[in-house]
Amino acid sequence: MNRERRELLHVSGVDKVFAGNVEALRGLDLTVRQEDFISLLGPSGCGKSTALRLIAGLSTPTSGKIEWRGDHGAGDIGVVFQEPTLMPWATVSQNVYLPFRLVGKSYNSVRDEVLEALKLVGLEKFQNAYPRELSGGMKMRVSIARAMVTRPRLILMDEPFAALDEITRFKLNNDLLELKAQIGCTVIFVTHSVFESVFLSDRIVVMAARPGRVTEELRVDEPYPRPESFRTSAAFADHARRASEALETAMEAA
Amino acid sequence: MTDAPMTDAATRAPVVDAEEARRAKSRKIEATARYTLPVLCMVLAIFAWDRIVAINEIPHYILPAPGLVWAYLVENWGNLTDAALLTGRITLMALLVAVIGGAGLAILFNQSRMVELSFYPYAVILQVTPVVAIAPLIFIYVESKTVGMLLCAWIVAFFPVLSSTTLGLNSVDRNLRDLFAIYRASRWQRLIHLQLPSALPYFLGGLRIAGGLSLIGAVVAELVAGTGGVGLGLAGRIQEAGYRLNIAGMFASLSLIAAMGVFIFAALSLLSHLLLRKWHESALKREG
Ligand SMILES: Nc1ncnc2c1ncn2[C@@H]1O[C@H](COP(=O)(O)OP(=O)(O)O)[C@@H](O)[C@H]1O
Ligand SMILES: [Mg+2]
Repeated sequence: MNRERRELLHVSGVDKVFAGNVEALRGLDLTVRQEDFISLLGPSGCGKSTALRLIAGLSTPTSGKIEWRGDHGAGDIGVVFQEPTLMPWATVSQNVYLPFRLVGKSYNSVRDEVLEALKLVGLEKFQNAYPRELSGGMKMRVSIARAMVTRPRLILMDEPFAALDEITRFKLNNDLLELKAQIGCTVIFVTHSVFESVFLSDRIVVMAARPGRVTEELRVDEPYPRPESFRTSAAFADHARRASEALETAMEAA
Repeated sequence: MTDAPMTDAATRAPVVDAEEARRAKSRKIEATARYTLPVLCMVLAIFAWDRIVAINEIPHYILPAPGLVWAYLVENWGNLTDAALLTGRITLMALLVAVIGGAGLAILFNQSRMVELSFYPYAVILQVTPVVAIAPLIFIYVESKTVGMLLCAWIVAFFPVLSSTTLGLNSVDRNLRDLFAIYRASRWQRLIHLQLPSALPYFLGGLRIAGGLSLIGAVVAELVAGTGGVGLGLAGRIQEAGYRLNIAGMFASLSLIAAMGVFIFAALSLLSHLLLRKWHESALKREG
């Protein structure tokens, strides 16, 4: 199970201080290997989104380093936000095509990739629909299709399912794992749900606030694919208990 | 889109709850009232106008009966349409210049903060100074009447386009902006694929206001510039009829100006609806 995978990204000693001396992150260390599914778990304000933004290159660390192994260019990162963040004026397929459009590829040259991505999230029938015609869960699927259409090396997800109802959320959790197995990508997933982090990830990074920092890292050594029955297994309960305790400790430390 | 279950419910008699029935009925009444009530009001007002003139024997050089105004309209239809075309042409050209100037400035301001800081205050000054006060000066320095009129109309009409487009360009969803940054979109790509579409609903809102304002600008310019040179517009006609105490003529031209304003507003509303109906919330409500 613990075969060593190639390192993708190395974060070392990253601090981020915002104006007004807000220490959003202190001393973040994180090694991301290929095909990892890492959850960042912590109370709000502990710097989870800040960590993602730094990794995405949307902001620069106050100190410390973020190093990519190998070439790293546009389209190597996919992002899914808490809101679906679709362009309301564009159809579903145009939304998914966006990452290609921005690197100057014509729609015709990537049509297969776009349709394939839509098929993977089960929305190929809706390629000509506008976002407002879709339910919240479907919009999120479009957002996921867009994030993976370029087959990025890393997908960053910032509480993507937090606004959805639990049934939709469970379904999307299952589908996300299936998708990941199919395209073999690496995921960093922000959540404040213990159960979600246990079900999805092989590593859980527990964080505390003020200053934002990592307090503990847990492994969830359970094989993928993880069936729905994993949710009700004793192993799941055990991992969830450990993660809850770690989260508890992190909140007390804050 | 209807979401009624088709198979079963179609065969059974539809169940209509009393509350729903009431609501449907009041919706229907409102839909008819929307058109009939204003028309009814107008008919009543014209009737009252006619009666007041007849009963009080008001002379036509003070207040003509509606019939007289109508007769004047019919008799001078050729002249009046020429005048309306002139005013209409100035208005549309002014609107065009206002759109190009307003949206262009908005994009320029949006692309360069320094340009915005330098010129925005002057855009505001131009907007808050009454055009009637600026117009006489314009006609001193501008040789061509048409250009002068366009300039006046532009001064009145460009600001709503500028300010609403500026607002729109800055109202881009923050996450979408980040997404574009992650894919390393150029400034130009961001403008074309993100900011302009986001700004479209705002721009169209400004456009509808600008349409009415360009008509105001055109009329004011015509009144200030006098009626020589380019021929007579509707405003000039009102003025001229006024000199002759031809009140019916004044009313006739006035009603054409009003009709033109309504037409511009309706046309721009339709344009806005057509452009937004597929995706924007404001268009969603109309479709029900
Ligand atoms: N752009 C910013 N400017 C100032 N403070 C910020 C900014 N972004 C985040 N913060 C602060 O940094 C801390 C961590 O924020 P964030 O990363 O959003 O936390 P989380 O996603 O875990 O809820 C919070 O105290 C927040 O107020
Ligand atoms: Mg957050």
